[in-house]
Amino acid sequence: MKAPLSWILDYVDVPEGTTTEALTDRLTLTGLKLEAIESPGRDITGPLVVGRVVTMEPEPQKNGKTINWCTVDVGDANGTGEPQGIVCGAHNFKPGDLVVTVLPGGVLPGGFEIGARKTYGHLSAGMICSARELGLGEDHDGIIVLPDDAGEPGQDARPLLGLDEETIEFEINPDRAYALSLRGIAREVLVSVEGASNFRDPALRDTPPANDQGHPVVVEDPEGCPVFVARRVSGFDPDAPTPDLIVRRITAAGMRPISLAVDVTNYVMLETGRPIHGYDADKLRGAIVVRRAREGERLITLDGTNRALDPADLVVTDDSGIIGLGGVMGGETTEISESTTSILVEAAHWDAVSMFRTGRRHKITSEAGKRNERGVDATICEAAADRVVELLVEHGGGHAEPGVTVVGTPPAMPTIRMAYDLPERVAGLPIDSSTVVDHLQAIGCRVDADADGVDVTPPPWRPDLIAAQDLTEEVIRLVGYDLVPSVLPTPPSGRGLTRSQQLRRRIGRTLAGEGWVEVVNFPFVGTADLDALGLAADDPRRDLLGLSNPLNHEAGFMTTTLLPGVLRTAGKNVGHGNTDLAIFETGTVTVPRHAGPAAILPVDRRPTDEEFEALDAALPAQPLHLALVAAGDAVAGGWWGEARPVTWADAVEAVRSVAAALGLEVTASSAELAPWHPGRCAELSVDGEVIGHAGEMHPTVCQAFGLPKRTVAAEVDLDLLMARSVHLRKAPSFSSYPVAKEDVALVVDASVPAADVEAALREGAGELLESIRLFDVYTGDQVGKGKKSLAYALRFRAPDRTLKEGEAAAARDAAVALAAERTGAVQRT
Amino acid sequence: MSGPNTDYDPVEVTPLKADQVEEMREAALAAVAAAADLDALKQVRLDHAGDRSPLALANREIGALPPQARKEAGQRVGQARGAINQAIAAREAVLEAEHEERMLVEETVDVSLPTTRRRRGGRHPLTLQSDLIADLFVAMGYEVAEGPVVEAEWLNFDALNLGPDHPARTLQDTFWAEPPEHHIVLRTQTSPVQARTMLTRKPPIYVVCPGRVFRTDEYDATHSPMFHQVEGLVVDEGITMAHLKGTLDHFASQLFGDGITTRFRPSFFPFTEPSAEVDVRCFVCRGTGMDEEGAQSCRTCRGEGWIEWGGCGVVNPRVLIACGVDPDVYSGFAFGMGIDRSFMFRHDLEDLRPLFEGDVRFSSAFGTEI
Repeated sequence: MKAPLSWILDYVDVPEGTTTEALTDRLTLTGLKLEAIESPGRDITGPLVVGRVVTMEPEPQKNGKTINWCTVDVGDANGTGEPQGIVCGAHNFKPGDLVVTVLPGGVLPGGFEIGARKTYGHLSAGMICSARELGLGEDHDGIIVLPDDAGEPGQDARPLLGLDEETIEFEINPDRAYALSLRGIAREVLVSVEGASNFRDPALRDTPPANDQGHPVVVEDPEGCPVFVARRVSGFDPDAPTPDLIVRRITAAGMRPISLAVDVTNYVMLETGRPIHGYDADKLRGAIVVRRAREGERLITLDGTNRALDPADLVVTDDSGIIGLGGVMGGETTEISESTTSILVEAAHWDAVSMFRTGRRHKITSEAGKRNERGVDATICEAAADRVVELLVEHGGGHAEPGVTVVGTPPAMPTIRMAYDLPERVAGLPIDSSTVVDHLQAIGCRVDADADGVDVTPPPWRPDLIAAQDLTEEVIRLVGYDLVPSVLPTPPSGRGLTRSQQLRRRIGRTLAGEGWVEVVNFPFVGTADLDALGLAADDPRRDLLGLSNPLNHEAGFMTTTLLPGVLRTAGKNVGHGNTDLAIFETGTVTVPRHAGPAAILPVDRRPTDEEFEALDAALPAQPLHLALVAAGDAVAGGWWGEARPVTWADAVEAVRSVAAALGLEVTASSAELAPWHPGRCAELSVDGEVIGHAGEMHPTVCQAFGLPKRTVAAEVDLDLLMARSVHLRKAPSFSSYPVAKEDVALVVDASVPAADVEAALREGAGELLESIRLFDVYTGDQVGKGKKSLAYALRFRAPDRTLKEGEAAAARDAAVALAAERTGAVQRT
Repeated sequence: MSGPNTDYDPVEVTPLKADQVEEMREAALAAVAAAADLDALKQVRLDHAGDRSPLALANREIGALPPQARKEAGQRVGQARGAINQAIAAREAVLEAEHEERMLVEETVDVSLPTTRRRRGGRHPLTLQSDLIADLFVAMGYEVAEGPVVEAEWLNFDALNLGPDHPARTLQDTFWAEPPEHHIVLRTQTSPVQARTMLTRKPPIYVVCPGRVFRTDEYDATHSPMFHQVEGLVVDEGITMAHLKGTLDHFASQLFGDGITTRFRPSFFPFTEPSAEVDVRCFVCRGTGMDEEGAQSCRTCRGEGWIEWGGCGVVNPRVLIACGVDPDVYSGFAFGMGIDRSFMFRHDLEDLRPLFEGDVRFSSAFGTEI
């Protein structure tokens, strides 16, 4: 809300010498936050004075233009008292006119410095100004000609043009709709600013009583439209200009001047907060009827939009049909035009909820709608209509028709009970009962006090005050939020982070410690992203939760996998030249459960446990995932040797590291799953439960995401992993007897998984086996085509004795024998 | 007849003569002293202490001496050999020390060579900021509560006194899940976690809820459809605005530095009444609004001395009722701040987009703690 300071001060006095800053500081602390102070003349410095044109000689130029060589009386403003010689290109004035003159040394908006300069054969010492040159609008048809009685030559022109006017922009909270008016802001000044006094309510005026000679109005839905006031002005001059003051004020308030009739309704809306609608009375047909719209009805609103109406919309009709969307926007057929001479003024009170719904339904945001949906004083319809009539008559030359239509009565305000000590119990600051009463009365409440508390009836402009807590806020803000002391509460002993929270931090630290960099991506995905992953048509990851209103229809779903996000981010990094990279992301994914709707439960009681559980069950599953991508070199090349590119194994190892941090061991077995390379994809499991996949990306996928071939990735379900994490690990015990080492090399078919061979060796070796390590894999001529040689180092040790001669060898032989039986392994000799 | 050869002429066993032995000894010691390195010393050892050295050969002659002369000759030769061996050992120690010293010099490397073979990792600064904030509150005895980001409309709005026709709903432009009649949203705030906490725990409740939230804001330098919030909720007996102020002052000083306090301005949030905007005193200019030179206005707070930080208030009794807390017994406060926003002004970041672009140069700059 933008409010010219002078307009505010029309309705309230502040102590002499109160600066704008002091005023706005105080209002900020009591709830009307200062956004900005604007002044149209803030970019103009130096002498800007009233001048009277003394002489004016047109001089045609070679370029076809005619300039005027003028002398302008600027009084003593130029220091000489002699008329100032100025060249002017405009022609909309004559000798004797009062004009606005900027003298050498002045600076106009845009840093335009004025000096005396030679032009068109004259020394032009200054400039006669147009509105646009002064930043007062776009009017550049000519220079400003002031009314003849505007002032004396040499006088500062700023006050005459409103250039010194300060306009204060406030941020208005949704509960303070009353402050969307000068009336409300002035009242805030009265209650907030020390020493402010003499509030003059612009909505307090004597209005003519209702009679039956006015335009007939029938309200069929008094709940939707409790009050409807209609007044008529006839003989209005559609060409009458809007007075400068009104133009300046509504412009400063952010509205565009249109015509006197429209400007006046806007002016009164800003003044009182009550939106007004004006109809071209000659276009009305019969009685006005207010009702809800009917199925199938349409209306072309003032903005030219043809709207299909909803049966919940409140409409204003006459014999011709619907003529307006009540309280939100008028219709085209009865719009005030350039030829309107008779105006019907409507000041009606509308149900706020209905206004809000209609506004949202039709996506209309208007100054009227903004006020009507937040709540307007229902008692000022007659005053506001009367004020509009007054201004139309005063400036438009019309006359007020005697008919005054008033339908309905303003709804009563509730009475709220509040204990005296509630504000002090809420604030934690002593507030005595008389302070409570004083502040409530100051904001306009009727207060009936008794021994324990007060019965409070809020004023009609405060429909936001509906419960004791609302009154409490009013009292505390006027006492001053800055007086609330700072006291730390004493919580009971906390239990620290939950296990899951600790584990998630551990996972992040583990990966960061191993060189992976965490990224955060938006969880939105499109089917094209899943196509890029190469997911099959029946892949369960294609079962997506859609968004009704995505920002981007290419990514209109909640993702089921973090891979598109990390792959895209990896691709961007590669594009930025970060070609050796390892990134990870942890985040929830959304897996639809296709459960029913989530109920809208009542709010006047706690939901039952069943209701609450049903609410959760209706939501999609949202497991926490980890995804990671690496590309380029895992170990850089340098003076120490060659670089080592990342391989599928780096992706698997990262998951193993995470699992190890949770005390878990991961088993990898080969699998085929998009988006991985079909021969280089590991299915990862813990104790037989699959927790995710890792490996090299399919080359097509690498290409789709702008990644180099051999990029690797993994995705795991951290919820599954964390659920299995080992909480209390047992302390290990070691044998200190000597170790016996045995190496074996086994030849198996190339298709036999090394993990199977190792498992057989382990089992066959028995209890004496301390560790086993695969230290070489060989394929080639020496083992034959389709075969591979796996070389293992086995370490044997007994917990309680030194192994006897041959014991380790026997265990080794047993291991080899079982591997031979299980996997067809043949020992290389 | 045999017997000691008393007539044996010792002159014939010249090598055992005292002067001869002395000469051999002198020669040997001179050679030891002259050995320049371990190889030369090895040769000296062979020449003067080896099996074929003059003294070793002389020693063999002892047997040829008359018995009464053997002892003396044996002593003489033995002492000479002992002295030589000692000298060799001593010289060897010196030469070995010299050798090692030389070797160490020769093995010198350029320690200024680069050593980083593997990239450094890093956690995302928003994760770090979120953890840091959680830790500040855990240190006070709070617990960290969490909830789903795809949330029931009732929990995101209605339970928080944001009924279907509440004007404030339009202030939070909401992503709706398909189909809309299922009343499922992407949470616009972390407040549904507060509702969940009250629905599942008995007071006293002291929790903070950090997490991701979503609004239909177009992505630009200051808006993102996804951002992070941290909210706090306290429900206990006798909780007042003063406790809220004390908590936020403490939070501000922990996050932004000693002496940094907050300012409350009346505001409006449906779930709190009274409500306040929280401004934090600018920790760069410490409230003066001036920059370091004392001239231009402070860049961080734009000369205001205060930075808008978040919202807060006393929990509206309607919310307590919907969440099963008796407002006649308990009262509470709640607050909420942007984690991203806090990070931005704490770390002097003007455009939020690097937070979500995933460039590894950004995250890795922060390592694993902030």
